[in-house]
Amino acid sequence: MNIVVCVKYVPDAQAERTFNASDNTTDRDNVDGLLSELDEYAVEEALKIVEAGEGEVTVLTVGPAQAADAIKKALQMGAHKGVHVDDDAIHGSDAVATSLVLAEAIKKIGNEAPVDLVVTGMASTDGTMGVVPTMLAERLGLPAVTFASELTIDGGAGGTATIHRDGDASTQTITATLPALVSVTDQINEPRYPSFKGIMAAKKKPVEKWALADLGIDPSQVGLDAAWTKVEAFAARPPRSQGEIVPDEGDGGRKLAAFLTEHKFV
Amino acid sequence: MAEVLVLVDHVDGKVRKTTSELLTIARRIGEPSAVFVGTGFDAAKETLARFGAEKIYRVESPEVLEHLVVPQAEVLAQLVASASPAAVLVPSTPEGKEIAARLAVKTESGLITDAVDVQAASDGSGGIATTQSVFAGSYTVSATVTKGTPIITVKPNSATPEEVAGAAADEVVDFTPSDAAKGARITESKPKQATGRPELTEAAIVVSGGRGTAGDFSKVEAFADSLGAAVGASRAAVDAGWYPHTSQVGQTGKQVSPQLYVACGISGAIQHRAGMQTSKTIVAINKDNEAPIFELVDFGVVGDLFAVLPQATETIEAGKD
Ligand SMILES: Cc1cc2nc3c(=O)[nH]c(=O)nc-3n(C[C@H](O)[C@H](O)[C@H](O)COP(=O)(O)OP(=O)(O)OC[C@H]3O[C@@H](n4cnc5c(N)ncnc54)[C@H](O)[C@@H]3O)c2cc1C
Ligand SMILES: Nc1ncnc2c1ncn2[C@@H]1O[C@H](COP(=O)(O)O)[C@@H](O)[C@H]1O
Repeated sequence: MNIVVCVKYVPDAQAERTFNASDNTTDRDNVDGLLSELDEYAVEEALKIVEAGEGEVTVLTVGPAQAADAIKKALQMGAHKGVHVDDDAIHGSDAVATSLVLAEAIKKIGNEAPVDLVVTGMASTDGTMGVVPTMLAERLGLPAVTFASELTIDGGAGGTATIHRDGDASTQTITATLPALVSVTDQINEPRYPSFKGIMAAKKKPVEKWALADLGIDPSQVGLDAAWTKVEAFAARPPRSQGEIVPDEGDGGRKLAAFLTEHKFV
Repeated sequence: MAEVLVLVDHVDGKVRKTTSELLTIARRIGEPSAVFVGTGFDAAKETLARFGAEKIYRVESPEVLEHLVVPQAEVLAQLVASASPAAVLVPSTPEGKEIAARLAVKTESGLITDAVDVQAASDGSGGIATTQSVFAGSYTVSATVTKGTPIITVKPNSATPEEVAGAAADEVVDFTPSDAAKGARITESKPKQATGRPELTEAAIVVSGGRGTAGDFSKVEAFADSLGAAVGASRAAVDAGWYPHTSQVGQTGKQVSPQLYVACGISGAIQHRAGMQTSKTIVAINKDNEAPIFELVDFGVVGDLFAVLPQATETIEAGKD
């Protein structure tokens, strides 16, 4: 099994996130970044699959120089090698352009040995669009099964991927023939922490650095100017004014009911 | 006026409320045309007409839905080519976003997800302006599509559905899914049991329970029922197996934006806030007066939810007679 996991380097959600006033893009310089928490589940799931059988896990990221940290963390968890696509022209790319770069990178990885499975997180913790995986599948012509809360691979490469998805109206079992793309939720597993051995081993693992030219992508196809959508303006949400907080002195429930009645919720 | 395509969200023809919201929004920017894929057309038609659909494109086939979202994206791509709509509106469900993502790539069009408002651009350009809420609700962003047909996924509760009779002229679409659409198949589908409560993302009031319930949601449910509310849960409560995952509110659960959100025994972690911070009015009950959730509230009670909730429920029920 040859598995590619797409991981994104994102601003830490615990920090104050904001935008660059000059071009309305996400500020990635003044906020500490890390491997998107939700992509740890994708790395973990890929590792479990190869550990149960055989194969190799390649982690792929598209992002600025600092994004190497995201690859490093995945390698420390146990992934075998990394691919980092970094090119100044990519700054400001929207999901459509990001999916183009990822797709071309996966094709290039596949030139060496065919890719059987692409695993992604359910959404990035900064953009939270959750659309890159599907766009990627569309571009690669792969069947996609998304929001997997369970994943089973049968028959190895050339076999099938079966997932469970917890929907509003029903719980579904979905099967796709490999090669396929699967996006996983935070219900699927418990990501491991890198062990000391893992951290040491990661230092020796290969990481390829590619620019757009290596992928045959014209710089005019990506970046802020090529984006098919434009952020016209952004504004911090006005802070919520501190409301009334009362201690329960035996009448907290009645006070709550009075508040709700006064505001016509009852 | 140009058509605006609205993908109908339905189960066997039972149309969800989000669709009537999308039809209402569509009327602001053009002439609403509903796109119906699946089974149960007759039941759906009545609702679609009532909320102003001038046209309904229909693809009736049970087979199509077995293959997940790809055929729906293909139907829309076909219609974008033939009808040159001003925009395509899709509900912001996981499926809706997948359909929109594929459609954007197929038609080389810009995609905006999770819009909370959609209006005709005020500069008279004929463009469409959207509003989104980002970074766990801490910023508001206005954006436009600059290429192709604007494809917009719209969150539930983004408009109040308005009833306006529409002609609802139906047109059968000649459609055959591609082979690529058949790569993934739903092999089993177990329907969920209805709770009798409103749906989480559509509800005007949501009452959620967290780790503070210690696994006993009965007080949360009784209080919710006194308000006619939906019941939600924090991830801690879901992970403990106390409440179904589909009820989880937050970054990796549902994003809700009701008139009133009541957090019971929930600390207010950033991932939880991401799912409820845009609620109009926020109320919390928590034992710990330093719980971060209190930074958000319009009204808070520092106390034990097992004492506060039953008293509130009783007071509300008594007031109803
Ligand atoms: C990748 C990722 C994604 C996540 N996604 C989500 C998500 O979508 N949604 C989500 O909710 N969380 C999510 N989380 C988890 C989140 O970080 C918190 O752990 C979680 O929200 C905590 O749930 P809680 O508030 O119920 O529990 P706690 O943080 O343990 O808080 C319990 C609260 O209950 C109060 N309490 C206890 N007993 C009582 C009582 N008798 N009466 C009144 N109050 C009482 C306590 O004072 C405390 O404030 C995610 C985490 C990660 C890492
Ligand atoms: N720049 C990127 N590099 C690598 N993977 C990405 C990138 N952006 C998005 N992804 C993948 O796509 C998933 C969903 O991202 P998004 O659509 O941005 O919410 C993430 O969890 C990643 O697996």
